[in-house]
Amino acid sequence: MSALWGWRYLIHRRVVQLGVLLLFFGTLHWGWSLFGQPVLSGNLSASKFAGQVPLADPFATLQILLTGHLLEPEVLLGAGLVLGFFLVVGGRVWCSWVCPVNLVTDLAGFLHQKTWRKNLFGLPQSLRYTILALALLLSIVIGLPAFEWVSPIGAMHREIIYGLGMGWTALLGLFLFDWLVVKHGWCGHLCPLGAFYSLLAQKTAQLRVQFDRDSCNSCGDCAIVCPEPQVLNLRRLAEDRQVLSGACTNCGRCIPVCPKDSLAFGWRLQKGRPAPQPL
Amino acid sequence: MSTRRGFIQKTIQGAALATSGGMLWSYLVIQNARAAPLALRPPGAVDDKDFSALCIKCGRCVESCPYDTLKLAAVADRAPLGTPYFEPRKIPCYLCHDIPCKNACPTGALAPELNDVMQSRMGLAFIDTEHCLSWQGLRCEICYRVCPLREKAITVEVQRRGRSKHAMFLPVVHSGACTGCGICEKACPTQVTAIRVMPAHLIQGKIGDHYRLGWMHTTPVSEGADVPDVLMGPPEQVPERGGAPGLDYLNQQDL
Repeated sequence: MSALWGWRYLIHRRVVQLGVLLLFFGTLHWGWSLFGQPVLSGNLSASKFAGQVPLADPFATLQILLTGHLLEPEVLLGAGLVLGFFLVVGGRVWCSWVCPVNLVTDLAGFLHQKTWRKNLFGLPQSLRYTILALALLLSIVIGLPAFEWVSPIGAMHREIIYGLGMGWTALLGLFLFDWLVVKHGWCGHLCPLGAFYSLLAQKTAQLRVQFDRDSCNSCGDCAIVCPEPQVLNLRRLAEDRQVLSGACTNCGRCIPVCPKDSLAFGWRLQKGRPAPQPL
Repeated sequence: MSTRRGFIQKTIQGAALATSGGMLWSYLVIQNARAAPLALRPPGAVDDKDFSALCIKCGRCVESCPYDTLKLAAVADRAPLGTPYFEPRKIPCYLCHDIPCKNACPTGALAPELNDVMQSRMGLAFIDTEHCLSWQGLRCEICYRVCPLREKAITVEVQRRGRSKHAMFLPVVHSGACTGCGICEKACPTQVTAIRVMPAHLIQGKIGDHYRLGWMHTTPVSEGADVPDVLMGPPEQVPERGGAPGLDYLNQQDL
């Protein structure tokens, strides 16, 4: 049981990630309904919950707006709801709790740590912000939502929900890249959607990992499992008493691996008092 | 190396990388978009370029289609990746009156203004007369009979058949009314369909402004003249059929 307890956030995340995909799949293939309406129709690009609540990918919506096209209110409202949720809870909560590509890249990262541990070359982590800027700029220039047309995230959820065939090849590419070429290559260096949430929610995200500097013995175990180890800089942590960087995905892996229980989930305003298991 | 020099060098290198990466990226997207003109889109789809920009690839039109007509394009299909399209020879559009696909679209890629599905223009049917049974003089006209806009989108023209005293019943498509639903293409009994729906812009010609069809315009010569109505306007007003030789040959004297 205690072994399972150590994996609690990972298990929660997998349940949420797979659960969201299952809701889409069940609604499409098995006709799942709620109050007589389809439970969750569409996919992660845009969807409707219970036939009432529109949801949409705010980054995709922004790209379409930049192509110079007006959008129907439904998708704008949907994008607003999703953006609002992640702005308040934590931008990259999307990445580790919802995005299906995380399933692939987490596995690749784990294998990299266990088997390989060598990067073929280094990539700056800021590269993703350049790619984000490029995605927005190209959408304006070529008049098509640039990232949506090449996105492996879209390829993966469409593949799973609609079964198109061949979409898995993009995922295989990502998997090999993350495992054998650059550790956390996609999510940690390239993905513009992660960069988008990371930038926007930097100042607003409320769910933050809290740090207790008195009990920390600087062993560094947290940084080994962290997909964004730069956010666990101990000097900054000691000052801020919590992980403030927008790049933190709130995956929660660092919390159970800490031998001194110096880390815990808590709210931004708590400032450093590790709450006794808020989740 | 001085810091200043290094900074300038890095900046130029970064800009070069972003430019070449951006060009490769746009090449990928534009290449993918080249399949767009080949696709038959759901009812109400806006123009190709606008559709490509507006479609968020959510698949809700596909999900709402009760006949499983619509599909999301996979790699190398006749439509850009992840966008909805249909192949009439497999499953045509059955023109639901409530247009559920259009209602499901959250972005306006399927225009919300479309209220009458019979006004949709998904494509245009055209007949390969060399391989059409009716045009060979056999009785078929299946396309005419299954057409949801029979007598408007497809009419049958009667004509004498040279090699026997029978009549030929020739199906003819009228672009003014054809929705491009493809029910005719699905029903065509030939081994490879002889009536086919394609995006209209791929097959339709245009006369151009440098020609004027005199009977469609009022000119100083025709002004005030009593031109019979039947010579003006769209085909459905053109003279009544039925008098063709051979049409009723069993009752004619030369049997």
